[in-house]
Amino acid sequence: MSTTTEPHASTLATLSELFGDGVFTTSLFRDNLRLFVPASRLIDLLTVLKDRCGFGLLAELGATDYLGYPGRTRSRFEVHYVLRNLETAERLVVKVGADDPDPLLPSAVPLWLGADWMEREVFDMFGIRFHGHPDLRRILMPEEFMAYPLRKDYPLRGRGERHNFPRLTRGES
Amino acid sequence: MSANLLDEPGTEAEAKQAIWTLNFGPQHPATHTTLRLILELDGERIIKATPDIGYLHSGFEKLGEHLNFNQYVTVVDRKNYISPPLNEVAWHGAVEKLLGIDLTPRCKYIRVIISELARIHDHLLCTGAAALDLGAFTAFLYAFNLREQINDIYEEMSGYRYHPGYTRVGGLLQDFNDRVLDRIAKFQASFQSVYVDVEKLLFRNRIFLDRLRGVGRLSKQGAIALSCTGPIARASGVTYDIRKDEPYLAYPDFDFQVPFTEEGDCWARFIVRMEEMRQSHKIIGQAVRKLPKGPVNVPIAEKLPLPDKLTTYNSMEGLIQHFELIMPNRGFETPRDEVYAAIESSNGELGYYLVADGGEFAWRVRTRPPSFIHFAIFPHIIKDHLVADVVAVLGSLNIIAAELDR
Repeated sequence: MSTTTEPHASTLATLSELFGDGVFTTSLFRDNLRLFVPASRLIDLLTVLKDRCGFGLLAELGATDYLGYPGRTRSRFEVHYVLRNLETAERLVVKVGADDPDPLLPSAVPLWLGADWMEREVFDMFGIRFHGHPDLRRILMPEEFMAYPLRKDYPLRGRGERHNFPRLTRGES
Repeated sequence: MSANLLDEPGTEAEAKQAIWTLNFGPQHPATHTTLRLILELDGERIIKATPDIGYLHSGFEKLGEHLNFNQYVTVVDRKNYISPPLNEVAWHGAVEKLLGIDLTPRCKYIRVIISELARIHDHLLCTGAAALDLGAFTAFLYAFNLREQINDIYEEMSGYRYHPGYTRVGGLLQDFNDRVLDRIAKFQASFQSVYVDVEKLLFRNRIFLDRLRGVGRLSKQGAIALSCTGPIARASGVTYDIRKDEPYLAYPDFDFQVPFTEEGDCWARFIVRMEEMRQSHKIIGQAVRKLPKGPVNVPIAEKLPLPDKLTTYNSMEGLIQHFELIMPNRGFETPRDEVYAAIESSNGELGYYLVADGGEFAWRVRTRPPSFIHFAIFPHIIKDHLVADVVAVLGSLNIIAAELDR
């Protein structure tokens, strides 16, 4: 745990030099260092992390719906980007919020091609749209599906989509 | 070989409107699992491949929000069902990181052993099935015969041949008994000869080599940009292995190497997997020799591990602890925080982003599925190859559809 805080110091120094105070906030839990950033500065921050701080690999991208989370004061959704520095083996989590009624975030595909499918999955499951994504379609659920199943207001057993799913009979095909 | 056989530019075919579309899957013997590709072809040359996935989507991540940390191990087993123990180690690794549990030395060693057995199990399937698809049926049978011995070990240690569900929060279902160690010793002894057989069957097999060399090439920059990890990234020269870079469990105690090449083609991915099996075999040997004595679960006083049956029925503390963890609305007290933890699975970085709200269920379980991320590179590396190469490239990526769609 202590080995990772030391190198993060240099990253944080670079970031505070470029962004100043008040753009992002940090928090540390176990060995995860997290940066919370507003959506308007997300791409700036990710670009600096990728090009200046050596976080070359986007290891993971996903989202969480905090609707009804105890003590929640920030936005409803949060998307996390787990970045990885391949030289120093550091890991960094960037978190950005998105809110109802139209959660919209800038896309990270121009920075990492690997974000393509992961952003599509976030869109599919949470309905968060990514501005600038080349091909934002549903990926796991069928095109006709209307809801976003990993949202907290979507029930575990579904709303009958499977039951009412249109089926072609032999005669109709 | 494919690119220079047919170097007619794609634009000409497009101008003649001679492009045709071929549907590949979702049920096809060479996809092995349920996935579908829409191939746009100029003759036999692939101009564009569009994967269409989601056939096996089962809402595993949603289920994670409604099952407690011990119950969910049954579901994680069924993600990458070729190497279930790795999924278990990854899942409970994330839970233990969230709860701040430090495992006992014996538990760490046993988890390393089952992880490496699972890695061999997975690589045997991947290399064996790749050989099967490319006309080398015999090697597949040798590989599957050896896999059977690993299934026997699973059966002996947990009672289940395929999805052992062997880890628990803060420990294991039960300790290894002597028969498990006997079976591991037997497996260790037969591994070398099978490996040599497979090597003899494949490494100088002209047809196999020609179908893999130079096919599906992925550059180092491409591998990083597309978030590749594991054997696929290492075959492209990215020397990234979480076991070495961010050591977890007992990996710092073992002497092993991380194989990598810079070719980045299907053959490179094949030989990286072959060499990884030998390294895993080496790790298992060391771990069994050095296996520490002592308990496998963290002490009951920490109120976290599920006590074994003997403790439950023979001591008051065990009974209370069991009751507290099993009854609804009791269970774990978690910090209201979130954590990302990853391990090196057979296909690459397998991570969990776990959000907890203080209760016994996770608020959100996000899997970082290597198969999903690796299938996204498929359209990029199959371009300009022939239809027959689809099978070679799919085989080298080792896509497990249950993990792909979750």
